[in-house]
Amino acid sequence: MEYLPQLLFIAALAFAVYFFANNVRKLKRNINLGQEVNRNDRKKTRLNKMLRVALGQSKMVTKPIAGTLHVIVYVGFVIINIEVLEIIIDGVLGTHRVFSFLGPVYSFLIGSFEILALLVLITVILFWIRRNAMNIKRFMSRELKGWPKNDANYILYFEVVLMVLFLTMNASDLQLQRIGHEAYVEAGAYPISQFIAPLFEGMSESALIALERGTWWAHILGIFFFLNYLYYSKHLHILLAFPNVYYSNLEEKGKFRNLDSVTNEVKMMLDPNADPFAAPEEGAEEDMPEKFGASDVKDLNWFQLLSAYTCTECGRCTSECPANQTGKLLSPRKIMMDTRDRLEEVGKNIDANKGEFKDDGKQLLDNYIKREELWACTTCNACVEACPVGIDPLSIIMDMRQYLVMEETAAPTELNNAMGNIENNAAPWPYNQQDRLNWVNE
Amino acid sequence: MSEKLNVPTMAQYLAEGKKPEVLFWVGCAGSFDDRAKKITKAFVKIMNKVGVDFAVLGTEEGCTGDPAKRAGNEFLFQMQAMTNIEVMNAYEIEKVVTTCPHCFNTLKNEYPSLGGNYQVMHHTQFLKSLLNEGKLKVEGGKYKGKRITFHDPCYLGRANDEYEAPRDLLRKLEVELVEMKSCKSKGLCCGAGGAQMFKDAEKGDKEVNIHRTEQAVDVKPDVVAAGCPFCNTMMTDGVKHEGKEDAIEVLDVVEMIANAEDL
Repeated sequence: MEYLPQLLFIAALAFAVYFFANNVRKLKRNINLGQEVNRNDRKKTRLNKMLRVALGQSKMVTKPIAGTLHVIVYVGFVIINIEVLEIIIDGVLGTHRVFSFLGPVYSFLIGSFEILALLVLITVILFWIRRNAMNIKRFMSRELKGWPKNDANYILYFEVVLMVLFLTMNASDLQLQRIGHEAYVEAGAYPISQFIAPLFEGMSESALIALERGTWWAHILGIFFFLNYLYYSKHLHILLAFPNVYYSNLEEKGKFRNLDSVTNEVKMMLDPNADPFAAPEEGAEEDMPEKFGASDVKDLNWFQLLSAYTCTECGRCTSECPANQTGKLLSPRKIMMDTRDRLEEVGKNIDANKGEFKDDGKQLLDNYIKREELWACTTCNACVEACPVGIDPLSIIMDMRQYLVMEETAAPTELNNAMGNIENNAAPWPYNQQDRLNWVNE
Repeated sequence: MSEKLNVPTMAQYLAEGKKPEVLFWVGCAGSFDDRAKKITKAFVKIMNKVGVDFAVLGTEEGCTGDPAKRAGNEFLFQMQAMTNIEVMNAYEIEKVVTTCPHCFNTLKNEYPSLGGNYQVMHHTQFLKSLLNEGKLKVEGGKYKGKRITFHDPCYLGRANDEYEAPRDLLRKLEVELVEMKSCKSKGLCCGAGGAQMFKDAEKGDKEVNIHRTEQAVDVKPDVVAAGCPFCNTMMTDGVKHEGKEDAIEVLDVVEMIANAEDL
């Protein structure tokens, strides 16, 4: 019976890891539904960008208040996880504070965790106030109504609970150390929980042990739960921000991709020697894409789909968007949220149909993203510049415009006129190309 | 106009068996839009004065395809691009300068993979290089001490990370350079990009150009300096809408330099 806690712990750990691995598998499968795009070049540049932007949070601090608060929670999260390692080892081996042999180093570590825990606690409360009580515009948008708003708050509540559990666990441990319980060797420094411990002074030894064990278990089970909540939440960015920045676009922001499939066709059309009735070359049929542009998630590339899962809905893109600022329907954040929602729907459809997608009569265009949103974009790249993790909502807008124009001929009338002019007289206005140099003599 | 502009075409150069140093890509707005033509002429006057060896394509130039591409019409874009590339490659063009950031971006970034490889410069970059080489002298003149704010064109700034060339030129004019609330990498669009110039805006609270003009008016400038014919139109309309056309001028950086020189 004395091994029962260890067995229970190993079972819980295995359960958490199993579910997490399952979620990761699903995530990878869904992302790989996207089209191929080469983002494996310039590895060193990519690594540097990842270190600077993701690890170094360089774009977070362009908003100094939100950025600084975020850095506190981020550093806290990363460092406090060293403690989780000890907790897991203790849980598996049935030890208590297995790293305590480190002596002063251990005291330093535990002390730092405590200070960070308090800082995280305060910051998370500030985040909650910013999100719920300060009327900050990017947290009030219509696309955040319902689940996205709740999701954001659940994460904050969760972090509060975890930090409180952690500090209470330490405080009860410290109190047990103080009364000289043999199982609780004196170890660690407790700069924060030393102020909580006195609250437990009157408690019996068994009650203290129950409190210490209870909070220890609740804390680690909470972390296991949180790990598996990620997949269902906007909070996936704590993992995906890193690959997303690594694979993000390294080209000039103004450089939009040229479609190779179109290039071949245009070359044929412009080649005076081309035989229009010639039989297509071997394999030419396969080179032709099923469609031009994107109307559903599977037409987008895998990086765009990875980005959809990475987006944590902070709304910096939307708050910089000129169309959104002037009251248009377009919100780059919503483009990313819609892409993820549709991708999840497609993923569930595949799960439900034994690995095969069954047409559900829906698509990303119209069922999620409205044409009015797509046509409101000025392609100014403000959203791309604003994203702290390298997401490019503009590329999705462009791919969908390509579908609308090249597959459906569904551009607004005035645009069709302009394009007709370009085709006929090589200018978007109806002026004769032969008059192009008239300005010299005017 | 005081003297006649000297604007040779590539065809004339070829007939003489010569090649100019640089091709001036005028662009559709620069060729046809009455307001933008003034920018084109101001740039030519400066090039004539400095003695830049340039030529234009004239009637052989066609839209770069930027609005078509941004509207989603990749076919039309590539048709335009390849037609232009064929012409430019036939003339063995190496260096291009243009007064339009949209042409600049497309020629620089989207033509190479289609076979068009040129060194492409925005006119503010080109003027700055003339300045650095000592060929061009820019002095304060009538703008000395005036309050000027520069509106970053999206396709020069964010799209290609060029924020300083136009500002350096303005500093040479000894102006009081003031920045709007959103500037440089956070610069706010004028509302014309992405083919919006050629269509009505979607339903909203207000027009993007009015929104941007309000930011400009807030810093009380004498001149809103621009570097793009489309931004110029949008900001000019915005200033009129705000009833400020008597107090605030909208000018391209190159027009300011030409004016300062009394060209």
